[in-house]
This record gives sequence, structure tokens and C-alpha cells, in this order.
Amino acid sequence: MNEKVTEKEVGYVADLANLELTADERTRMVRDLNSILGFIDTLNELDTTNVPPMAQVTAVNSSDTAKHSELREDASRPSLSHDAALQNAPEHDHNFFKVPKVIER
Amino acid sequence: MELDLNVLTVASTRTAIEQRQVTATSLAESFYKKIDAEDKQVNAYLSLSKDRALAQAARIDALADKGEALPPLAGVPIAIKDVMVTQGLRTTAGSKILEKFIPPYDCTAVARLEAAGAVIIGKTNCDEFAMGSSNENSAYGPVRNPRDLTRVPGGSSGGSAAVVAAGTAVASLGSDTGGSIRQPAAFCGVVGLMPTYGRVSRYGLIAFASSLDHIGPFTKSVSDSALVLQHIAGRDPLDSTSADVPVPDYVAEIGTPVKGLRIGVPKEYFAEGLDSEIRSAVDASIQNLAAAGCEVVPISLPHTKYAIPTYYVIATAEASSNLARYDGVRYGHRSNNVRTLSEMYRRSRDEGFGSEVKRRIMLGTYVLSAGYYDAYYLKAQRVRTLLTQDFENAFQQVDAIITPTTPTPAFKLGEKSDDPVAMYLADIYTVTADLVGIPGISVPCGNSKEGLPIGLQILAKHFDESTMFRLAHAVEHSLAAKA
Repeated sequence: MNEKVTEKEVGYVADLANLELTADERTRMVRDLNSILGFIDTLNELDTTNVPPMAQVTAVNSSDTAKHSELREDASRPSLSHDAALQNAPEHDHNFFKVPKVIER
Repeated sequence: MELDLNVLTVASTRTAIEQRQVTATSLAESFYKKIDAEDKQVNAYLSLSKDRALAQAARIDALADKGEALPPLAGVPIAIKDVMVTQGLRTTAGSKILEKFIPPYDCTAVARLEAAGAVIIGKTNCDEFAMGSSNENSAYGPVRNPRDLTRVPGGSSGGSAAVVAAGTAVASLGSDTGGSIRQPAAFCGVVGLMPTYGRVSRYGLIAFASSLDHIGPFTKSVSDSALVLQHIAGRDPLDSTSADVPVPDYVAEIGTPVKGLRIGVPKEYFAEGLDSEIRSAVDASIQNLAAAGCEVVPISLPHTKYAIPTYYVIATAEASSNLARYDGVRYGHRSNNVRTLSEMYRRSRDEGFGSEVKRRIMLGTYVLSAGYYDAYYLKAQRVRTLLTQDFENAFQQVDAIITPTTPTPAFKLGEKSDDPVAMYLADIYTVTADLVGIPGISVPCGNSKEGLPIGLQILAKHFDESTMFRLAHAVEHSLAAKA
């Protein structure tokens, strides 16, 4: 079988996904992704030139699509309190979430 | 009077409380005793919500003491898959990354059950972020099948299926993205329902793949399934994908005779790979429906074999996007060992996610990345249209479709955990309904010679759960008549 994904590509995709992965994980990932992508390649047996991609599940359910895309009124309404929104934060100062310094001087 | 917790249904629980055979409080306490005694080996519960349950039970008992009318699910102990957020009650999604997460609000489906009088007794184990078919991907250890402890309960809602099978809850909620309610229901011998896409609000469901995620119940009977759906279904302004379609009286319609219904039997679901005992059990049920006056119509769903590959492109693409939010900033695990923001993101995710979740994030990121989007993602969305057309064509000839729920009965722990593709094929009969958005139910239709449960799946048109319930009820009834 053709290797679609190389170790280098796994490194590139891991960067995009904000993952590091250990050396062992990378080796295993090359193997697994190639095996799954090989399986996914069976989709190429189908000619889909004139088939539109399906982008909406609910729209096909009802002739009244307007009903499903109805937007709520653009008005303010209650939301989580500051304390509730911060209660699960690994680090905060009661006003903001804290993270390591982003800009180096 | 001592009630047998193993046989209590949603309907009989409420009746027992209404007739004062038991109080909601003592019933909840009996369930906690049973859980303490029996759940260690099954490992189906991740958290118990005793305070919340007993407070709700006390409200129900106060109503009963005053002789007031009880709400429709009064005092019924219901367990919730740990992917639905519960205010003040730890919610992990089976992941280490959410080990300490205490949600500040309730999932709509949970709030609606409680408003209908149900007692939320605990949160159930599942595959991490609902990604798996065996429950072996939980960061909190696998769930074991109560019918045979050497076997998996199915996944990803394995804990929710197991508690109903073990009688440690009367009913439960699960979520289904590729079969995660129906497949474990079949493996554990209970009824599992995936409603139509949009029928039940997903507000408060931790997102896996948003165009595929559904919430639905596990129950011991088809009428219980209808009863629970009745109270969680309907438009929710907090979920823009929830449909504004009237919710019929499912329970009232369930006994309507099935005579004259046309049931389609798709040849692709009875092909190579189907266990012979499952084939015979499903065939026997179809014969019973024919005897009850259903017209059996052989049909074809020609794109069936492309459903699993289509699913693994679309579901992982959506998951890679949905799981980007776990970055160690606002909630969830943060790595201690970091100097920069970028290191914090990567190490928090590396330490917090398990291997199947990483695999799916990687696959999803790959199929969406520059140069591959058209070849994989767009291609899969086009095939998804073909799969939908298969069903549109079939439903011009038939009212519902009957298939096996799974190709094999419950497999052994460890049997498939090294081969992702082999594991993915456990969902071969369930995954298409998620892609198309139609409802599906798995109902027990017999046991294998080894005593393992066999599930039969009924699929129906969008928003036509009623026809599905009627047929499922007839299958259940003919099985009971045989026993």
C-alpha cells in the first residue's frame, strides 16, 4: 500500500492540531492514519461529479427551511455571572483568565 | 413492600409512588444501595448525585403526601451519560482533560427530565468524548457488560446501556453520533433510541460532531422509550438546530396495529459479515411482523458500504474543530510544565486526551488541511448526499426499514482495541442513520446460544418516531409471546 502520510506530515498536522505527540505516538499515528485513509479511499470508487455536497441535515427534513434558520431577536439577555464563568479556570485573577506571557520583551 | 428494582419500568415506578407502595426517597436510597453493592464490577457510574436526587425525591414525596397530582416521570431514577453537563455535578466526558470540570449550567434534556419529575441519580461512564464502540476508551476504565462481564457493553454510551441492563437505573440518557446508543443497547439487551436529528435539543451536550450528535434514551421497554422521548423532545431556543416540529403523543399511538405497514428489508444489511444467529433472530422477527399484517418489501440501499468511510471523514473533521476549545485556558486540564502559551496548549492537550481522541483529531485536521479538503471532506459530503438519496428512494416504497443493529453480539474486552478499522466496523449498520438524520431504535429480538442479547434496528422517516415505536412494540410483543 502507498504510504499517504509520512512521519513528517504527521508532525505538520500535529502542529496544526496543537498536539505534540511522543515519538512512539507519532510512529503509531503514521501506521493508523495510513490504514484509515486507505479505507477512506474506497469513496473514490464513486463518481460524485454532479452530486452536491450535503451541508445541512435539518434543511432536508422540512420544506419550511425558514423555520429552521430563524434567528433570535438581537437583544441582551442574562448570561453566566463572572464568578461562574471563572470557576473552572486553571488560573484567573477574578477578572480575567490568566495564561503564560504571550509577548516577550 | 419490597419492589424488584430489576423489573421496574418508567411507568410502573411512577405508579408505585402514586399508589404509595414506596416513597421516591426510599426508592432512590434503594437504588444507591444496589449501585454500591453491584456497580464495582460493571464500572458504569462515574459520579453519583445523591444530594440532588434526594432533594428531588423529597419534592415528589411532598406532593404525594398532599395528595396532589404527580408529574409524569415522578420519582423515576434516571442516569445521564457523562457527556451531558449537569450544574454543580462533575462532568468528564470520559476524559482526563475534564477530570475536575464542574459545569455552571444544565443540559436542556436533563433539565426537562427533572421538570417532568425524574430523579437524576448519577453520571455514566462512556468512551472519551463519545469516541468508541466498546467503552474501552474511557479514561476511567472500561465498563463491563452486565450480561457477561468478560465482554464489552458497546459504546460509546456503554455505561448508560449497562445501568439499565443491570437494573441500577430505571432509564438513562445516552448520545448517538455513529451508533453510540443503538449499538450498546443491542449488546446489553435493552431498548435504545436515537431520535430524528433536531428532535431533541443538544444544548449542554458536549459536542463531538455537531451535524451527527443526538441525545436519546435507554429503557427496558419500547413504551418507556416513547415516554422518555415525550418529555425531552421539542424546540429549544437554546439550540438553533432543534426543530420546530410538533411532538405527537407517542405513548398514545404506540398500540396502533401495525397491519398494513410496509417494511423494507435492505439486502446490503444481510450480506457477508453478519453473524448467522443474528440473521435468524432478525428474520424470525420479520416473519412475526408479516404474520401481524405488515407487508415485507425487499429493498436496496446501494451506497451502504460507503457509510463508514464517509462517517470517519465528517465526524473527525467536526471533532477536530469542536475539540479545539480544550486548550487549558478557561476550563479543563492545564499542564504545569510550560513556559509559553503555545507549549501550554500543546502539553495540556497531549496530557489530557487519550489515544483514540488524538487519532481522530489528527485525522480530522488532516482531511480539512490545505490540499486535502476537496479530496476528503467535500468528497465525503457528496457521498453523504448519495446516502440520503438511498433512503429517500426507499421511503417512497416503505414506511420503515428493518435491519440487524450490529453484525455480531458483544465482543470480548481487548478483542478489537488494537485495530481502529476493525473497531469502526462494529457500527456498520447504525452509522448511516446518523449521516442521514433519520431516527433509529434498537430493540431486543432474542439471544444467541451463548446467551448474548441480539438487537433489531428499525429506521423510519424524518420525524416519524411514531411508526418506529409501533413496529418496535410489535417486535417486543411477539418476542414476549414466544417466551
